[in-house]
Amino acid sequence: MSATIETPRSGRIAPQYRRSKGNGGSFEMIAWLFMRLSGIVLVVLIFGHLFVNLMVGQGIHAIDFGFVAGKWASPFWQVWDLAMLWLAMLHGSNGVRTIINDYAERNATRMWLKGILYAAAAVIVILGTLVIFTFNPCPVVNGVPLPGGFCPAP
Amino acid sequence: MPTKPAGTLYRGREGMWSWVGHRITGVVIFFFLLVHVLDTSLVRVSPEVYTSVIGAYKNPVMGLGEFGLVAAIVFHAFNGLRIIAIDFWKSGPKYQRQMLWAVLIVWVIVVAAFGVRHLSIVFGGH
Repeated sequence: MSATIETPRSGRIAPQYRRSKGNGGSFEMIAWLFMRLSGIVLVVLIFGHLFVNLMVGQGIHAIDFGFVAGKWASPFWQVWDLAMLWLAMLHGSNGVRTIINDYAERNATRMWLKGILYAAAAVIVILGTLVIFTFNPCPVVNGVPLPGGFCPAP
Repeated sequence: MPTKPAGTLYRGREGMWSWVGHRITGVVIFFFLLVHVLDTSLVRVSPEVYTSVIGAYKNPVMGLGEFGLVAAIVFHAFNGLRIIAIDFWKSGPKYQRQMLWAVLIVWVIVVAAFGVRHLSIVFGGH
């Protein structure tokens, strides 16, 4: 194990790649703390998610529309999945942000990559939140329930 | 020719490789998460579309992928707890190597248990 990997942004940096110092704000410290706090919560949320969805009963074979309908009929799993969505996306996006900052040397490259990252993260978080709160176990189109839905007995 | 920095407790050793593993597993999990929110969102399209797309996750090739994904998640989770211990526990930096070996041992046990269960479900022919 003699190979070593240079610490990102630690070597001699060509003048065109020098960056201005941060503004001295506490954002990076708060982000660092958020990674640790959200990490602990995510271990519980994701291990619980994997256990309930993959380990119990028929495992992955049980997952279909009805499985999701059954879970989201309960506010407990709605809150669980919402917390998991937000914490995992913020945790993951901040991790990828760190990696972009470490390895993209040109200012424009960093700006573009982070712009794409933030746009993708916003779309996924908003979409996922809407899906959890607008989920309908019995979707109806033109007065006809769609096949596979869970509708109350007439 | 500049010489390499003298050996340290971290560079080129367990600390550095756990950092590499943490980054790689983190990126893998992040991209899966994007796809996973999109596939779950299909419940708003129609029950049949969701159930048929999610069916793709049940074939054996995807089953192996899920095994790899869970292995990545479990490593990232346990190594993340180790990082927290290094940062917040006063003896953490001193025992970071021992904690990595503990992470790896628990990781092997948990991933093996998951693998036996999940792969027997996936390959069990339902």
